[in-house]
Parts: sequence; structure tokens; C-alpha cells
Amino acid sequence: MEHIDWGLVDWSRAQFALTALYHWIFVPLTLGLSFIIAIMESIYVKTGNPEWKRITKFWMKLFGINFAIGVATGIILEFEFGTNWSNYSWFVGDIFGAPLAIEGIMAFFLESTFIAIMFFGWKKVSKKMHLWSSWLVAIGSNLSGLWILVANGWMQNPIGMHFNPETVRNEMNNFWEVLFNPVAVNKFLHTISSAYVLAAIFVIGISAWFLIKNRNTALSKKSMIVASVFGFFSILFTIITGDGSAKEVAKHQPMKLAAMEGLYQGQRQAPLTAIGFFSGKTDPNNPEEQKLVFNLEIPSALSYMAFADFDAFVPGIKDLVHGNKEYGIISYQEKIDKGKKAIDALAAYKTAKKENKPEIADTALKIFNENFKYFGYGYYFGKDTQLLVPDVKMSFYSFHIMVALGFYFVLLFILIYLFAYKNKFQNKKWLLWVALWTIPLAYIAQEAGWIVAEVGRQPWVIQDLLPNIAAVSQIDQSSVQITFFLFLAVFTALLIAEIKIMLTQIKKAKISDTNENTGGTK
Amino acid sequence: MFETLSHTALQEYWWFLASLLGALLVFLLFVQGGQTLIYKLGKTADERNIIVNSLGRKWEFTFTTLVTFGGAMFASFPLFYSTSFGGAYWVWMAILFAFILQAVSYEYRRKPNNFLGEKTYDVFLFINGLIGAVLLGVAVSTFFTGSEFSVDKMNILNLSSEKMPIISSWETSWHGLEAVWTTAHLAFLQNLALGLAVFFLARVLALLYFQRNIDHKEIIERTRKSLITNAIIFLVFFLFWLIRLMLIDGFAVNPDTKEVFLEPSKYLHNLLEMPLVLIILLVGIIGVLWGLFVSIVKKKDTGIWFAGPGTVLTVLALFMIAGYNNTAFYPSTFDLNSSLTIANSSSSHFTLTVMSYVSLMIPFVLAYIIYAWRAMDKKKITSEEINSDSHSY
Repeated sequence: MEHIDWGLVDWSRAQFALTALYHWIFVPLTLGLSFIIAIMESIYVKTGNPEWKRITKFWMKLFGINFAIGVATGIILEFEFGTNWSNYSWFVGDIFGAPLAIEGIMAFFLESTFIAIMFFGWKKVSKKMHLWSSWLVAIGSNLSGLWILVANGWMQNPIGMHFNPETVRNEMNNFWEVLFNPVAVNKFLHTISSAYVLAAIFVIGISAWFLIKNRNTALSKKSMIVASVFGFFSILFTIITGDGSAKEVAKHQPMKLAAMEGLYQGQRQAPLTAIGFFSGKTDPNNPEEQKLVFNLEIPSALSYMAFADFDAFVPGIKDLVHGNKEYGIISYQEKIDKGKKAIDALAAYKTAKKENKPEIADTALKIFNENFKYFGYGYYFGKDTQLLVPDVKMSFYSFHIMVALGFYFVLLFILIYLFAYKNKFQNKKWLLWVALWTIPLAYIAQEAGWIVAEVGRQPWVIQDLLPNIAAVSQIDQSSVQITFFLFLAVFTALLIAEIKIMLTQIKKAKISDTNENTGGTK
Repeated sequence: MFETLSHTALQEYWWFLASLLGALLVFLLFVQGGQTLIYKLGKTADERNIIVNSLGRKWEFTFTTLVTFGGAMFASFPLFYSTSFGGAYWVWMAILFAFILQAVSYEYRRKPNNFLGEKTYDVFLFINGLIGAVLLGVAVSTFFTGSEFSVDKMNILNLSSEKMPIISSWETSWHGLEAVWTTAHLAFLQNLALGLAVFFLARVLALLYFQRNIDHKEIIERTRKSLITNAIIFLVFFLFWLIRLMLIDGFAVNPDTKEVFLEPSKYLHNLLEMPLVLIILLVGIIGVLWGLFVSIVKKKDTGIWFAGPGTVLTVLALFMIAGYNNTAFYPSTFDLNSSLTIANSSSSHFTLTVMSYVSLMIPFVLAYIIYAWRAMDKKKITSEEINSDSHSY
């Protein structure tokens, strides 16, 4: 019964991952920098100090360079749901399509209309109108974040819907549940606040470079104060919402949590692994498990992080795969059997309806409803249950890198604020270099976050209902390979162009200081 | 308010909105058309910069409209979204690649140290203009000529089958590209004719837009010359396509059995049976012709005011005859009964109701777009303005 084209599934995943990861290089900066720019312009309008206008324009230029490529990579993502995940688009399009359409109507037009005024309207509209435009760009881009993350949150915790056996698909029955899905709310807040952190680090890092080179010092110090305050509050909020996200994961995606922590054997008072490495060796008596070495554990912390209770039981990968009667966890094999029952019952229902046999149809529908919860597992009938376990190493490392960097950023923002406020960077060149080299770390943290979220939930495209093997489009694997490499080549070329252009703009930036008067941004 | 409407009424409302978005998109393709004229109209770097900057303030509207059109189709007719995008893979991918190239080209073309060089970005703009417009036209033409696909919802319930558990499958290995060489019913002629008609229409609209938007004597003189040729070619392709459309067999749906069958001159019948749509079509065509007349004969710069709305009305009417009056809007020539209609491909009553409330935002969106557009276009673009602006493209 090997009717699954695994190569097609893997390449489709690879292509989506590629576009998503590239897209996410550019989006966080757009989300955060748009607000930083709006804040700076507000200070300009309030104080009337032209220095602030030049500062605003300088960051706006970098914003524009970054924005263009974010747009380019974004369009692909939307259409890839159709081109590469066509079965998915139909199976849940009734729910998933709505936020995407709302994103276009509500957010993208706001963004694209007012960005034209923001860039080209300095002399065409009043100061106030221009400021409004800058704020609306920030609001528009963040609103688009809201809707796409509502859509993503729904995939991780599908609620506000029911399955309609007549149309053989899922249909929405509560819009507010979809919008205020706790997974989506946490995900949105966590993602955008982390994006503000990245933007703040970007501004601080570049300002630090100016200070190292002893250029644009007024711009740099002013920018650093704005960015460190903005960044500090953002990172605190990121940590709080990250904790909220972890609790949601524990509730709805226990396998993802177990993979993030590399936890094979569930336990009460489960410790949180602060640091750890996989040895690469497996126990011959226990081949499922990969051993952690050099690990530093915080006692009971995982139980607390997951369930706000130091004594709570956290299921491990093995408990989830093989079941754990003591804690009422049923095994994957049982879920697969129930899922198979649901699928077969639905087929029987459809046939009975066609043949006009209402009694058989009713019985079949009853069996279907009882087992629908495990519908997606049915596609793994006759297959290895280990296929339902995500890549543990990748989830574990990404999670830990993200968290460690998050705490490091708190410290950085505090130090930068203190020194910038007291104007004491003269003897602190090391700190400036550290700030500069934190920029790539912020990007790594961002990408790691997405890897945790998306790799950790595999193989589910919709948690428990639709696995990736039943979500793809009916196309040749080779077609996807070709487009994969085309995307890779185009995106990489454009990324190189973006970085080169941006570095050149930064290097040649001359914003007048009190001591140097060179006449504005060139 | 919307919840009291029947499912059919909501489907018709959403088909109207999707058609309107599609129609606005075709009008906004003037940006693409303009991108293929940069070197034709701009003989010096300065002139080319004026043209690019004139387009550069509008390109995001086209781009956003395309994205929103996709989103609206996804939300309202998900089975179309999955069948067409997942099936006609290569056509959509080619369109998408063309749009990736566009998105960076304005911003990057004249920035120092831009890795690929100004010329490359201008070529990107040309490719986007050519491929974007032609392939979108071809794709829309298949709404009338059909494609080779099948849809079977039982596929996902058959775990022992040899097939993947996927409901829609394209039945040719060319995944959409066959639209330009399918000889049955001369479909390729029809599809190519609309592709080229859209391309030359985009150029015509661009020329009219430049006349209104740019203050530069030499460029405007060149637009006047170029307009005549482009308008003639556009009219030849469009009229060929439209006249043939009135004569070919269309994909009709039996309202009782829901079976799809071929009906001679179906699209002509649709126009005659829906006189309002016929009027919209005629007003639209007259609008475009009047716009051309105003520019070519009267030598005024207001042609775009007629040709633009004329384009929107014409395309709107064409989408309406594709979807309304018991017609399959995305027909399958492989299996007639796999054809998609607005009834069998739509979202649920609930979702369409929710989305209908969302659609109440559209007038506000249009209002602020008009406000912003007017604020930015109060004065025509001049060379001085671009050279003094620190953010010009």
C-alpha cells in the first residue's frame, strides 16, 4: 500500500520552508522598524528639530530596501498554499482562506497606499498627514502579521469549525473562536514583539558601528536611546508571551513540547534542560532514544513551564508514541486505528448516501463522528508510528538557541540604554562591537523560533486532522525540485543585492551632527 | 444582514467581488504595460527615470490587488484555488516569478552597489510586464476554453488506492502550459489572443497614464505615436477573442441535475439573458474607445479617465458571463462534471457571511486609496522633482 510519494512531500516541505525562512529574514525588520520610524518622526513633529527628520529619513531608506524584498518573498507564500498544498487549500480553505483575504483587504492596502506617501509625500502632504501615513504603514504591516498568524495559529489548534460530511471538508462555524484562538493570540504577540526586538537590535547595531567609526554620533546616540527602550520592553513582552506559547503547546501539541525539550521519558517534576547536546549515540536496547550529554537541568522547571505546576506530569516522546495508561494517554497505533475507522466510515457514509440507504448512512456517520478527532492519523495506517515523531534534534537545538539568545538580549538592552543615556561610550568600544555582532544573532533567534514552531509540529499541517502526506498537490516531484532551486537562486541573488545595497547606504550615510554639517541624507 | 441571504445569493455576491478585483487588476496592469515601454519611450537615462518613477508610485497597488484577488478567491471559492493553483502549476509559478522580480526592481535599480546592475533590474521590469500580462490573460481565457483536470472528493477516503489521497489532479503533465498549444476547438488561438490582448491593453493604458502623469514634452510625444500602433494591435486581438467567444460552445450547467454540458454560443446567450451585463460590457468597450479617441484625435491627456474605468467594466462583464447564469466558470474539458461552478466550489454559507461583513470595508479602502492617489498626483512628475527627491527610484 505504498501510494505515498514521499519525495514529493519532502520537496514540497523544503520549498515552503525555504520561502518561509527567506521571507522571515525581512519581515521582522519591517514590523519593528516601521514603529521605530513612526516614533522618531513623532519626535520630529513634536519638537520641530530637523535633526530628527534626518534621522527618520535615514532609517526610512533602510526600511524601503528591506521592505521591497519582503514583499517579493511574501507573494510566493500566499500562492504556495494553492500551488503546493492544494489538498490542504480545499480541505480547510473554508476557514483558512478568510484570514488571508482579510489580510489583503484590511492590511496590505493600508500598507501599500501609505507607504507611497511615506516615501514620496514629504513635500506633497502636510507634516501631520505624513506622520499619520508613517503610523498607518506600521499599523498596516503589523495587522498583516496578525491575520497570517491567526491563520497559522489555527493550523496548530484548529477550533471554531466542524467537519461537513456532505462537502467532505472542514467548515468554519465560529469566526471569533478562530480570531481569538489562544494559540493564535499568543503566537501573534510573541512573534511581533520578537520582531520589534530584532528591529531594535538592528538600529542599535548600526548606530554602534557609526560610533566605532566616530560618525553620525548624534544620530547614533539618539537612535540608541529610542531603540534600547523600545527593545527592552519588547523583549520582556516576548519572554512573557513565549511562556504563554509554551503552555499552549503543552496543551495542544504535547509531541512538539517533548521534541523541543528532547524529553523521551515522561515524568512528574520534569526538569528543564537549560543546556544540552545530543551525543549522536543511541542505546542499542533503546534505539528510539537519542541521549543528551553535558546537560544542565533546572529541577521541575519544565513541569512549571508547561502546566504552571511544579509537580505536573509532562509526557515524553515514548509516552505519546506507545501510550501511557497511568496518565490516560492512548498510543499512536490506537489513534491510527481510530483515524482509519473515521476515514472508512466517511467513505461508507458517502456510498450509502449515493445509493440512498439512509440507515447505513446514519450508522456510518455515527462511527465517523466518534472517531473524527483522530481523522488525520488514519493516513498512517500500516505505516511506522515513528513517522509521527518530528525531528527532535532540530526542534531541541532551535528552541534552546532561541531562548538563550532571548535572555542575552535583555542584558544587552539594559547595558546599551545605560551607556547611551549617560553618554559614556568613549571607553566602551567592546560593547559597541558586541552590539554590532548581535545583529546576526537576532536573525538567528528569529529563524530558530520558526523552526521550533514548524518543525516541531510535523507531520501535521493541521494538528491531528491533516498530515503533510495528504495535504500536497498532485504534481511531479521533479517540478517542485526545479522551482525549489529557482527560488533558491533568485532569493539568494536578491538577498546578496539587498545586503550590498544596505551596507553601501549605511557606509555613505552622512547625517549632520552638531559638529559636522553636510546637508542631509544623501 | 448577510446571514439572511441564501447561499446562492452570497455566492453571486462573492463572484461579483472577485470579478471586480479581477477587473481592477487588469486595469492596474498598466504598470506592467508601462514597464515594457521604458526603453521605447525613454531615450536618455533621465527620461527613463521619469517613466520608472511615474510607475513606481503605483506598482504596489497592482501587486496588492493581485495578492488580494488570490486571497479573496481562496476564501470564497477554495476549490478553485486548490484546483487551479495546484494544477496549472507552471503557469502560476511563471507569473509568481515575474512578480518577485518586479517587487525589488524599483527600489534597487539605481541604488549604488546593487549587485546586478541597473540594466538587469530594468530587464526584470520588462519580464514582469511581458510574462505577467500575457500569462494572466491566458489564465483568464481558460475560464472560457477549459482545462484538463479532474476533481474527486472520494480520493481522500480511499486509503488502499494507488493514487495519492488528493482530490484535484491535472490530467496533462504540462500543468497549465498546454493552454497555449491545445488544438482542440482551437483553444490555443483563443487563449493566446486574450493573453496578447491583455498585454497590448496594458501598454495602451500605460501610454494614457503617462500622458496624464508626466510633464515631459519628448516622452509625451512618443506616447502619442506609440499609442496608435498599440491600440490597433490590442483591438485586433481583443475583437478576435470576443467575437469568437460569442460563437464557441460554452460550459453550461443544468440547474436541476447540476450536470455540465456544452451549449453552443453559451456566452452570447448569457449576455442576451442578462441585459444589464450586456450594457456594462458595451459601456466598458465604448469607454475604452472613447479614451483612445480623446487621446489620439483630441490630443488631450484625459484618455485614461475613460479607458481605465472602461477596462474595469469590460472585464467585470466578462467575468460575470463566465460565472453567472448557470455557467461553469472554471471548466474541465477532461471531465465535464469536474468543472467548477460558483455553487460547487464556494465556501460555506457561514464563511461567505463573515467575509461579506469584511467586504463592507472595501468602500473605505477605495476612499483612502483615492485620497492618497490624488494627493500624490496633484502635480505631474517632472525631471526636477525626481532629481531633488532623496527617495526616487
